[in-house]
Amino acid sequence: MKLITAVVKPHRLDEIKEALQAFGVHGLTVTEASGYGRQRGHTEVYRGAEYTVDLVPKVRIEVLVEDADADQLIEVVVKAARTGKIGDGKVWSLPVETAVRVRTGERGPDAL
Amino acid sequence: MAPAIMTLAADAPRLDTGSTAFMLISAALVMVMTPGLAFFYGGMVRVKSALNMLMMSFISLGIITVLWTLYGFSFAFGSGTGFMGGTHWFGMRHIGISELWPNYGIPVYVFAVFQLMFAIITPALISGALADRVKFTAWTLFITLWATVVYFPVAHWVWASDGWLYKKGVIDFAGGTAVHINAGAAALGVILVIGKRKGFKRDPMRPHNLPLVMLGAGLLWFGWFGFNAGSWLGSDGVAAVAFTNTQVATAAAMLGWLIYERLRHGSFTTLGAASGAVSGLVAVTPACGSISPLGAILLGLVTGVICAAAVGLKYRFNYDDSLDVVGVHMVGGIVGSLSIGFLATGGVGQTAKGVFYGGGWHQLGLQFIGVGSVLGYSLVCAAILAKLIDLTLGFRVTEDEEVTGVDQVLHAETAYDFAGVSGARNAADLPGTSSEAGASPVKKVDA
Repeated sequence: MKLITAVVKPHRLDEIKEALQAFGVHGLTVTEASGYGRQRGHTEVYRGAEYTVDLVPKVRIEVLVEDADADQLIEVVVKAARTGKIGDGKVWSLPVETAVRVRTGERGPDAL
Repeated sequence: MAPAIMTLAADAPRLDTGSTAFMLISAALVMVMTPGLAFFYGGMVRVKSALNMLMMSFISLGIITVLWTLYGFSFAFGSGTGFMGGTHWFGMRHIGISELWPNYGIPVYVFAVFQLMFAIITPALISGALADRVKFTAWTLFITLWATVVYFPVAHWVWASDGWLYKKGVIDFAGGTAVHINAGAAALGVILVIGKRKGFKRDPMRPHNLPLVMLGAGLLWFGWFGFNAGSWLGSDGVAAVAFTNTQVATAAAMLGWLIYERLRHGSFTTLGAASGAVSGLVAVTPACGSISPLGAILLGLVTGVICAAAVGLKYRFNYDDSLDVVGVHMVGGIVGSLSIGFLATGGVGQTAKGVFYGGGWHQLGLQFIGVGSVLGYSLVCAAILAKLIDLTLGFRVTEDEEVTGVDQVLHAETAYDFAGVSGARNAADLPGTSSEAGASPVKKVDA
């Protein structure tokens, strides 16, 4: 199994969810995150005092998949997340040793 | 305060029900300014001290009301010396129900409760300079002492018929000196004693909720009509001019601040609009009964620009006037008070004329005396009181507590529940864990 993690622009979340559902993914986890890459942050001004805000809001999407589906799923996410502008985010995958469905105790791919 | 309307001895004023009704409503309008101020300030601090900022204003409603009833009204407006009122009205005992305020058509009780609302908001104004870092007990003690030693006497100087500034002819229609310069100078006195927030000029200290700031500014603007028009103590044409000038100067000051900001920093900001409006309200306060609406436009524009520039001074001179009480209230109050010396037409509520209306420099000189004496007295007294409190109770929380945030440390609360799933974890089940750490699926209703 693989854990696919995507850190992307918040406004792409709906498109990504729809694309994943169409691909046949049954579950995912979304968390609000903040960070920066090449895009860096932005500047805000309050009563003349300038603040450089390094961290910009992102969402972090995590999906567990079987090894065979991993590459294709990454493509699905990348396509749905892309706007072509700086700050679109990143997607990566990691190997996963095991997964257990809490309710039934099923293990491995059956738990997905 | 307006000078007494001339009346013939044979024609003593009678109860004016229209004015009395207007004044009762004005008192309620001024009351709502204090919660408005609480929101204005509360939105500007970081999230970890939002409740404390609200409370520092709100507690003034509690403390000052009791002090006013016990002795404040008597010290401020009882007949006494030029410096301070006497003890005759202690406990508000010797006020007759139908007794009228001398030379006016409103009961003494109406005047007393109207003025109470001014006494409440003035100490609350100071709190903005002390954000994030002072003990709540120290703050309550400070406003108790400052109201007693500074506000009540200064209100007497400026507004009581035997007050020394009033008798000199210094004009302060609704509180440019007694309220705004007074509070701004006190704020400066206290922060020079207690020092800066940890991380001042280094850490970002962004406002946590600008919509709350806008809400507060809106409530202040609304309540200010009672503050200014009500200060004429009657409902007539002069009150209407004061009302109009309040609106006009505030509008112009908002524009002045925004234009300055756009040219200097590149954007029209929400905080700039709210701050500009408040600076205009401050500046027109002493002048609204003396100037014309065109004068109010000029005053507003000038004030907006000056205050927008003045809020930057704290970075240059390195004093942590956290929410710009000095930059907006003291500076705005000075601009407004001195503007009377130039812009007074002599044809509204007062006969004094300013430089632009052929009145010469006399009134401007008087205004300087008013500004200087209130500013100096309040600054020195506030610094001494702050030092005394710091040496005994300690004025500030510890550094650890300041970093954690005064809401949790002083009030055992957090302003917003961000836990999302099912509310804060029950602290009793998990000793020593932060209430923000997560959520318990089992919710105990009466823990």
